[in-house]
This record gives sequence, structure tokens and C-alpha cells, in this order.
Amino acid sequence: MIRRFWPLLAFAALAVLLYAGVRMNSGRDTSAIASPLIGKPAPAFTLPVLGQPGRVVSRADLLGKPYLLNVWGSWCVNCRDEHPVISALARSGRVRVIGYDYKDEPADAQRWLAQLGDPYEFSLADEEGRVALDWGIYGAPESYLVDARGIVRWKFVGPLDDAIVSGQLEPVLASLEAGK
Amino acid sequence: MLPELGLLCLLFALVLAVLLGTLPLLGAHRGNVALMATARPLAWSQLAFIGMAFAILANAFLTSDFSVAYVAQNSNTLLPAIYKFTAVWGAHEGSLLLWVLILSLWIAAVAAFSRRLPAPLVARVLAVMGWVSVGFLAFLVFTSNPFARLLPAALEGRDLNPLLQDPGMIVHPPLLYTGYVGFAVAFAFAIAALIEGRVDAQWVRWSRPWTNVAWGFLTIGIALGSFWAYYELGWGGWWFWDPVENASFMPWLVGAALLHSQATTEKRGSFRGWTLLLAIAAFSLSLLGTFLVRSGVLTSVHAFASDPTRGLFILVFLAIVIGGSLLLFAFRAPSDEGGKPFAAYSRETLLLVNNLLLACAAAMIAIGTLYPLLAEALDLGKISVGPPYFRLLFGLLMLPLVLLVPFGPITRWQREQASVTVRMLAPWAGLALLAGGAWWAGSAGGNLQTAIGAAAGAWLLLGTARFVFQRLRAGQGLTAEMAGMTLAHCGLALFFFGVLQTEGGSVEKDVAATPGQSFALHGYDFRFEGTERVHGPNYEADRGRVVVTHHGDVVATMAPEKRAYASGGQVMTEADIDGALHRDLYVALGEPLDAKGGWALRLYVKPYIRWIWLGALFMALGAFTVLFDRRFRRPPA
Repeated sequence: MIRRFWPLLAFAALAVLLYAGVRMNSGRDTSAIASPLIGKPAPAFTLPVLGQPGRVVSRADLLGKPYLLNVWGSWCVNCRDEHPVISALARSGRVRVIGYDYKDEPADAQRWLAQLGDPYEFSLADEEGRVALDWGIYGAPESYLVDARGIVRWKFVGPLDDAIVSGQLEPVLASLEAGK
Repeated sequence: MLPELGLLCLLFALVLAVLLGTLPLLGAHRGNVALMATARPLAWSQLAFIGMAFAILANAFLTSDFSVAYVAQNSNTLLPAIYKFTAVWGAHEGSLLLWVLILSLWIAAVAAFSRRLPAPLVARVLAVMGWVSVGFLAFLVFTSNPFARLLPAALEGRDLNPLLQDPGMIVHPPLLYTGYVGFAVAFAFAIAALIEGRVDAQWVRWSRPWTNVAWGFLTIGIALGSFWAYYELGWGGWWFWDPVENASFMPWLVGAALLHSQATTEKRGSFRGWTLLLAIAAFSLSLLGTFLVRSGVLTSVHAFASDPTRGLFILVFLAIVIGGSLLLFAFRAPSDEGGKPFAAYSRETLLLVNNLLLACAAAMIAIGTLYPLLAEALDLGKISVGPPYFRLLFGLLMLPLVLLVPFGPITRWQREQASVTVRMLAPWAGLALLAGGAWWAGSAGGNLQTAIGAAAGAWLLLGTARFVFQRLRAGQGLTAEMAGMTLAHCGLALFFFGVLQTEGGSVEKDVAATPGQSFALHGYDFRFEGTERVHGPNYEADRGRVVVTHHGDVVATMAPEKRAYASGGQVMTEADIDGALHRDLYVALGEPLDAKGGWALRLYVKPYIRWIWLGALFMALGAFTVLFDRRFRRPPA
């Protein structure tokens, strides 16, 4: 008799796991998981620039001015939703916006930018996602605000919208500017 | 106005589905014929309303109605008409509508082709499917309304993901969904049998054709997706063990196990509980696949827009459907395994081993797919399980399966002397080993993997032929069921042969080529003859010319391109593939190297890769052929 309950028990265990997955996932969207990087220097990296063969950018090259690192990928549907917000932010000139093309084929990525418009100063290309591990990138989209000294100040997981930009990003930016 | 009507149609369909889930069930419970008879009209009208909703959404796409948010996000006035239509299922909401439409088509099909079945059974089966429909319609209406308005309307749509602007997109999702959703029929039959408390050969005989059709469609759908990824998307490989691919492969494996266990239950009465469990599992895995793709729990190249509320909704739905059925199974499954007794060596035993291997393979894939999630939940860090895990374990599980397949058909039910079957197959095993040895000797440097492929392919093919020979010699001929099995097992031979040849024998080379230079690869000689400028309608391209010769004969002239599109100057690589039955040649242009016309080139030779999809096609044909068996047409005794 008890034998016939095994499938049910196995499924119950699976359901608990999936529930944990959904919880973790929704945690991401409210960015409840604080990045351990916040307040610490951005990880060292050297990455090629998308669409500019031969050019590489490393952590040191980006010092001097704060920048928003926006993780995207042509395969990422939410990045499409986020794209107008990023474009508006880049146009406003409040902060440098640098793209981070995550686990993507360069050709696909360039097509994506050509189609939707390229809001980024440039995009770092991390085809294999190796450097992403150091940043603690879960997926796309994600955004990191790094200050002029290369310290990570703010992180958001999931698509940015106007409310998050004005309610979270801009106050942090303002405090950076005030601190100068 | 029309889009609101579309939503209204879906709401009507939802109400009808609730009625379909309750009235006939009540009727079957009380023996009320009038209530049971409501099932069919409810099934028809549900189909009509969902069909109408689908037509309205398609119309919104074709007329570029960008006041509908979903249309604005996934279409564009410049999109060719056919892709405007396929864009209907280009993203989450619309593909879910397609799913619901296909489900209602299956429900209507069951209603139409079940005239000879007892009324209470039909009522229960349709009611169970009605409940499945309720779940999906509620999901659609409450979390993923495709008709939501965008006010003010967009002037232009954002366009369909360019990856999806491809002929593969026209047929791959509908076929795949037809397969996925089709397992709902076997599932509904199983649940109806559990409710009724009657699991007999009759019941299995009725549900078998439905399982076969669903499995056949799923086979074609998966194979098409694999072919599309290889040919059109230029991903180079044919299978990536990506979570979404795995999500479709798990129900396929369990479905294959179900086909075999249903045959056993129908003929011998054995494995009744197991067959029920597999029928539940095949559909549950289809649902799990939907959950994994749409909840954003796992990252994948196929990821749909992830939304935690949707994830939670499907999870609750999953818990009700799967948890409920397994609970029902726990209490109502037949207590005795029943069936006629069988000896340790008999066809029953072989089929049991087959089921065990297929179910283990599905479980292995489930563990590999979900392990990253488990590791994350237990805070073990981010771990990804890569193709090496899947390849090794899948190979290990398939090896005994390949060895045993030819024994199945020639082994008698109930009792067989192992020595008899071994004697029958020994010469053919010898021949297969010989073929493998010859292949090994013939391959450059003695490639073990391709030799195993040759031996496995020959063994499956010859072993299956041995069964046909035995039937013909006895003057018995083949029933449609046997012909189907033969076709499918031959497909298996082609498939394993193709996989091992491709995996073991593919060669690739990245070269820096100057015009006139030649490169030898796998017996082929690739001569780069330089590039020329060509003007496309909306792009400028460098078109390379690569002449491929084999023993001095020109076998292909290939023209890979590097295109720079006028709009925005994006650069695209158009590889050229020359396909043939025994090998595919693949040439892609990399980057220009110097002013003298030198280019980086990437060359591949992939032997026998097409046999993989050919094999899948044979398997599907086999599954469909079984439908013509006379046993499935005879009225119930």
C-alpha cells in the first residue's frame, strides 16, 4: 500500500523545490537579495567590446566617472521591455550607461542593437559568461551602479522601470554627486 | 472592439470548460444519460469559442492593430504576412492561446472519435480534459491576457524577435504542442479509469491510439526544433541539453515507455498500475515543461518573459493536477498487479526492462535539469550541469536498450527460452560486430565512437529484420501494429547511427585562408577562391567562394556570406551548408585578415547528421502506422 504513495511523495518534494525556485525568482524581482559586492570594488575584468574587434576594456579604464552597467542579451525578452527605460536614461545624460552583453552571440547582439537602437556608450561582450560569475550576475537584465572610484554602489535585478529609476537609482546617484 | 470580444470568447470558453468538467462527471456518477450527453456539445462549443478568440488575435496581427499590447510587442507593419500570422505564437500569451486551442482540438477529437465507447467513460474522459482546459484558460485569462490594450496605441510595433522570423517557426511550435497536449488524452483515460475503478485491457485498447498520435507528433516536433536550430539558427549543433529541450525530451521518453507498457497491459493484462502511472507521468512532465519554460525558474535560450505570479500560478495548477492524480492513484490503483503470469525470461520482462531504462533516462534528465535549482536553493552556489553529464549518463542508459531491442519482438509472451532467441540473433550480432570492425578499420585513426555507431545501427536494423523474416517465413505477414513497430525500431537504428557518426566523426577547422589556398578535412579538399562584393536588397555582402572536391571530383561550390545590413550596419554571418545523406559540409566566413583578400574561415564536415532527423521521422511514422491496426477499429466486445 505504502508503495503506491511514492510517486506522490516524489512529486511533493519536487513541488517544494519548484516553489523555492519561484520564491528565489520573485526575490530577484524585488532585488531582495543584496549583492555582496555593494560597497566593495567592482571585480577586475578585461573584456572585448561588442562590434569593435580588437578593443578591450578593463576595470581601470572605467574609473573617473560613475557608470551604470546594464546586463542584457539579445535572447532576453525582459531586456526588450527595459530598453526604452535604458534609452531614456542614457539620453538624459545623468550617468554613463555601459552595456554588458551576457552569454550572447555577437552577431545576434549587434542585430538586436541595430533593430532597437543602441543606447550604450559601448557594450562589453561576455560570450561565455565567465566574468559574469565575478560580478554575481544571475541573468539579464541586471544593473550595477559603479562610482568614480570603481566601488559598486547599487544593484538591481530585473528590468528597470521609471519608478525604480526615480525612486532608487536617482537618489543613489544624487548622493554620489553630493559626496563629491 | 474586436479584442474585447476575443477576451469575452475566452471567458465563455472558461465557463464552458467548467461545465464540461462538472456536468458529464455528475452524469457518469449518477448514471444520468442526459447529463453525460452534454459532454460532446460542450466540447464543440468550447472549441468554437477558443477558435474565435484565436482568429481575433490573428486578425489583430494581420491588420497590425497596435492598440493591442501583445501585437505591439511582437509585430511590425514591415513584417511579411506569414510571420505576422506566426507571431501570434511568438511570445508567452499567444503561444499559451495556441496551447489552449490545440487542447480544445484534442478534446473535440476525442468527442468525435469515441462514439463506440461506453457513455460513462467518454463523459469522464471529456470531463477530466475539461478540468485541464479550465486550468489553462484561467491561466490565460487571469495572468496572460493576450488581448490587453495598449492605450494610447503604439504607432509602430516592436517587431518579432528576428530569430523567430523563420519557416521553422511556422510548424515547430504547433507540432510540439500537439504532442505535449496530446498526452492529456492518455492522462484523461487514466484518471477516468481510476475514478471508475476499472482498469482493464479494453480501457488500454481505447487509449493506445491517442498515445501513439501524441507521441508521433511530439517526435516530429522535437526533431523539427533540432533541425531548425542546426540549419537555420546556425547554432552548429543539433542538441544542446538546454532546459527547454530537456523539458520536451522527458515527456517523450516517458511517452515511449508508455507506448510499450500500454501494449503489454492490453495484451497480457500485466503492469496495469505502472501503465496508469506512466500515463499520469507523461502528461505531468508536459506540464512541468510548461512551468519550466514560463516561470523563469531556469535560465535558457528559449526563456519566455519570466513573471513570478505566472510561475506561482502554474505551480499551484501543477500541484492540483499532478498531486491530485497521484493521490487518486495511491488510493485507487489496482491492488493486485493482475495479468497473466510470466517467467523470468519473457517478452513481459524485456518490456519491463525497456520501461525501466526509459524511465531512468527521463529521471536522469530531470535531475540534471533541476540540479542547478536545487543547488541554489540549498545555497551550494551556482552550478550548471553541462552536456558531459547528460551525454555520459544517457549513453550508459541507452547502451543496454540498444542491445535488447531486437530481442523484444522475437521473444514470446509469458515464457521463452533465452537460448532460442540468442541463437536466432547470434549470426546478426556477429554481422553487426563485423560492420563495426570494418567501420573502425575504415575510419581514419580507428574512431571508436563511429564504429560503435555502425555496429549499433547494423544490430538494430538486422535484429529488426530478423523478426520480419520470421513472420514472413511463417507466412503470417505483419499486422499494422507490427509494421509500425518495425518502422520505429528501424528509425531507432538510423537515429543511433547518425548520432554516433556525427558526435564521433565530425571535424572542424578554423583556418586563415588566402585566395587559392586549399585545406584538407576528412577526405574533402576545401579550396578558397576569394571573395566578391555582392549587393543584396538591403545589405552589402562579401561572398566567399569555396570549391569542395573529393578524390578530385567537385562535390560542392559553397558561397558563405558576411552581410552588412544597410540599416544600422549590423553584420551577419550567413554560413553555407551543403547537405547530403552521408555528410553535411559547412563553411562560414569569419573576419577579413588582410588587404590581399585573406579571410578567416570555419569549416566543418558532419558525417551522417541527417540520419538523426530521418530516424526520428521513421519513429513518428511507426507510431502513426500502428493506428491502422484492425484491433483499434473493432467495436468493443
